[in-house]
Amino acid sequence: MWKYIGRRILALIPVIVGVTLLVYFIMSLAPGDPVKTILGEQATPEAIESLREEMGLNDPIIVQYVRWFGKLLQGDLGLSYKSKDSVSMEIASRIPTTLKLSFSAMTIAILFAIPLGIIAAVKQNSIIDGASMFLALLGVSIPIFWLGLLLILLFSLRLGLLPSAGAQSWKSFILPGIALGFHSMASIARITRSSMLEVIRQDYTRTARAKGLPYRDVIQKHALRNALIPTVTVVGLQMGALLSGSVLTETVFSLPGIGRYMIQSISGRDIPAVLGCIVVFTLTFSVVNLIVDLLYGFIDPRIRAQYS
Amino acid sequence: MTTQATTVDAAALTKKYKKQSQFSEVWRRLRKNKAAMLGLAIMILLVGLALAAPLIYDYDGDVISQNIKNRLQPPSAAHPFGTDEMGREILARVIWGARTSLSIGFTAVLFALIVGGTLGAISGFYGGIVDNVIMRIMDIFLAVPGTLLAITIAAALGPSTINLIIALSISSVPGFARIVRGSVLTVRDVEYIEAAKAIGASNGRILLQHVIPNSLAPVIVHTTLNVATIILTIAGLSFLGLGISAPTPEWGAMLSSGRTYLRNASYYTMFPGLAIMTTILALNLLGDGLRDALDPRLK
Repeated sequence: MWKYIGRRILALIPVIVGVTLLVYFIMSLAPGDPVKTILGEQATPEAIESLREEMGLNDPIIVQYVRWFGKLLQGDLGLSYKSKDSVSMEIASRIPTTLKLSFSAMTIAILFAIPLGIIAAVKQNSIIDGASMFLALLGVSIPIFWLGLLLILLFSLRLGLLPSAGAQSWKSFILPGIALGFHSMASIARITRSSMLEVIRQDYTRTARAKGLPYRDVIQKHALRNALIPTVTVVGLQMGALLSGSVLTETVFSLPGIGRYMIQSISGRDIPAVLGCIVVFTLTFSVVNLIVDLLYGFIDPRIRAQYS
Repeated sequence: MTTQATTVDAAALTKKYKKQSQFSEVWRRLRKNKAAMLGLAIMILLVGLALAAPLIYDYDGDVISQNIKNRLQPPSAAHPFGTDEMGREILARVIWGARTSLSIGFTAVLFALIVGGTLGAISGFYGGIVDNVIMRIMDIFLAVPGTLLAITIAAALGPSTINLIIALSISSVPGFARIVRGSVLTVRDVEYIEAAKAIGASNGRILLQHVIPNSLAPVIVHTTLNVATIILTIAGLSFLGLGISAPTPEWGAMLSSGRTYLRNASYYTMFPGLAIMTTILALNLLGDGLRDALDPRLK
């Protein structure tokens, strides 16, 4: 098992190098001269040239990347063109907001999805099943930003119950959490239902029923524990959707998180900041995926046995 | 002579009959699925509307020209979906928006399918180093969440229709490569491929004639569902100001401008949002239905 974990962590290194190289290269395609962004259009050619040299923009792209990656390893994402502050600090100050948003979205998603999936499976083909699966279908089809606008319209503008913008208190994260979590809720409910359906038909479930255990116990102790394994994977996979979705959600609800910072940096052509946000998102995504894979082995003894 | 002619005829007939039967078998199963048929019907309607858009509303006259006198009119008989802040008919922009989203969506998926499909087929068919190199590169692309990759590319290239298509295609290529590779791998070692090799068919011929047709099912399903993802991404990017820019009608961009008037003109954000949701819902229903129809074992 430890050997496997070590191997997986080692395998992450080339992916991280590749991904950072990829996004660095893509961002280098951005039109416009960063030096002009910093100095303004009226700058003299000499000033531009000296700053170019100072920033190392005259070096080949690969040299620039190696220098940038070296700093990245020390947690330094460079200086923002706009604020002249450290991008790492700018991002670090926004991490709590994005974390709170993702956490509330995931909590809402899991809290609703798993009971919904179980009920749908236990009462297969009933009205409840149909209704929950329709809700799940709606969840994967509704755009996050539209759902966000509808929630603002109803709960903030019409009913005046919850704030529509900003991150003042925990209340500020309820609507964004629902908007962002609804999509994940739908996916998790669907997978929980189908894995529950599979498990309910297994021999050990029948045995549990046959030996006279109450139905509730059979579902809770025998079926659910086994059915949750695929659910864990989907929860992990949803992290990618949550990260991308946080960009849209933070924009709709004006939350001061990394996603909104990224969009603001894109319109301000602040390349180090954009690059920093993407790298933080991508690294988070890779690490979460790794954790989910390892967790998968941890909760399923059959998988664990393969590696020991 | 006559005997030979008859044999050829019979062979041709069998081939024709076989092709028909496979298609009609899938169609028969799909037809039984009410949800999938609803999805198909909605998609046909939407594609029809998108194609007929110029016949219903004039682009220069109704869709992009401003008419400040009529600004922000609520829905009425004269303006079924109301008007926007420039006095433009929202219904006209929603219909033309279908044209924008569907044409960009289908184009991007087609590109992704061709590039990703070719890479995946080569990877799965040849295996070894080629497979390893291609798939490791794809892994790097897959390490960035899809929408985020599209945002990155769109941000770097700047907002324009072509750049949007490039961004959407590139972020979908790895998914297609993976699906096609997996699908090719399952048919690569079956007996009829071995037979084709034994009679000396070239690799290209085996790939085109035998491998690809037999590994189509998962690819068709992935394509349908991917159109949905891409249309959702187009709307998202345009909402963020990274996709289609004004005055071209696009659902996400409409939502972005309607946002300002949410309090007093909520109908403005209602209709483009409904249009996106209906399209995605229809494609999801159809995709799920196709999955069941193409491969009953998966159910």
